[in-house]
Amino acid sequence: MFLADITLFQIVKQLSEGLLVSTEIFFLTLIFALPLGLLIAFGRMSKFAPLRWLCIFYISVLRGTPLMLQLLVWYFAPFYLFGIKLSSLAIGNIDYRFTAVIIGFALNYAAYFAEIYRSGIESMPKGQYEAATVLGYTKTQTFFRIIMPQVVKRILPPITNETITLVKDTSLAFSLAVLEMFTIAKEIASAQTTMMPFVIAGLFYYIFNFIVAAFMGWVEKKLNYYR
Amino acid sequence: MANVFQVRNLKKSFGDKTVLKDISLAVGKGEVVAVIGPSGSGKTTFLRCATMLEDMDSGDLCFGDLCVVNSWTKAMARIKCGLVFQNFNLFPHFSVLQNITDAPIHVQKRDKNEVVETAMKLLKKMGLEDRADAYPCELSGGQQQRVSIARALAMNPEILFFDEPTSALDPELTNEILKVIRSLADEKMTMVIVTHEIDFAAAVADRIIFMADGYIVEEGPARELVANPKNERTRAFLAGLDKSSIF
Repeated sequence: MFLADITLFQIVKQLSEGLLVSTEIFFLTLIFALPLGLLIAFGRMSKFAPLRWLCIFYISVLRGTPLMLQLLVWYFAPFYLFGIKLSSLAIGNIDYRFTAVIIGFALNYAAYFAEIYRSGIESMPKGQYEAATVLGYTKTQTFFRIIMPQVVKRILPPITNETITLVKDTSLAFSLAVLEMFTIAKEIASAQTTMMPFVIAGLFYYIFNFIVAAFMGWVEKKLNYYR
Repeated sequence: MANVFQVRNLKKSFGDKTVLKDISLAVGKGEVVAVIGPSGSGKTTFLRCATMLEDMDSGDLCFGDLCVVNSWTKAMARIKCGLVFQNFNLFPHFSVLQNITDAPIHVQKRDKNEVVETAMKLLKKMGLEDRADAYPCELSGGQQQRVSIARALAMNPEILFFDEPTSALDPELTNEILKVIRSLADEKMTMVIVTHEIDFAAAVADRIIFMADGYIVEEGPARELVANPKNERTRAFLAGLDKSSIF
């Protein structure tokens, strides 16, 4: 662990830049996967059998295969399936590598979130639906005014779990050579033959998750005003 | 006397079990009808059909001159009737006041200030005006049931149904609910009450319906039916309730 050609400060600086990308992956995944998961959960609980089976299949495949493999599929599929040049898929200065990572993460996490939503929705007592029905609420009103607020409270602990896993999973973006923190840590480590970048990256992941857990704990406490 | 509620030849089965075989009942304005009968007689299913929580297999259901024939008339009929549940079914994430005001504001689209004013009046009537900001989990069972009655009343229903409103309560809390129902009866609120409190039914109801095996076996003026049941089943049921024969 000798720092021959690179100072600790430089490592921290480079990893911080990577951490910014990891954070982007983190937030973009949540922004897309949380609503998408709800849609898939609805499909999974639909009375329309083909839609239900499609969603069951979707969840089964996305949970049943490695996320890293899925990232490679989303990255290479446009070329191998449709012959599209990957460089032509860049959006402005956003390389398709990054887009593929976001697609892969969002679709994968949506599958997990869908099952968490479903568990929450199905755990709601029938009486809540009946009380809302008798009071004349429409189905949409019942869901958004009565059911969903209570579901959020119920599913917060498993959502926290997934969110913490997501922080660590952002490191899988290295498989598409997206310059997030872990990719950079590996590069420095092999170039400088030092373990220091991994130690610091580990510390950064831990701090990130410490903040995530603290925030989710705060939200849980906020929702503790009722049982 | 105009009928507020009328059901004719109601039939309902679950799978191959026929729960309601042929039920017809009309309730006039201001009338209080108590429904009694042994467990499994179909009382609760009848109430759930009347409040459209269950679809009938056959029969006619009308509220005043509005008959339920499709989803549109069903939605119209829904806001004409209220239901008080055995287990209250308050919304735990809403305060007491929100529980009462949310549906009038968002379903009936009434003016918020007017609804809040109405809700506070109702809470005062229920003796709960100081608990408006509390959450259901902070209330006793009896208080929760009073809130749920206020919630139903805030919709200005033309008829109010009660599904064993005291069955989930301790005996000492039962009286506070019965008092509320009695005061509603005094105000000529039209009500149909499924209950096990026979003495209460005899005292407050105008008419008692005795149900057994999916039929209305006997019906009549409340005191008369309890004092002089004509049907064999009714007599057996009322005799079975006499606890002195056990102890």
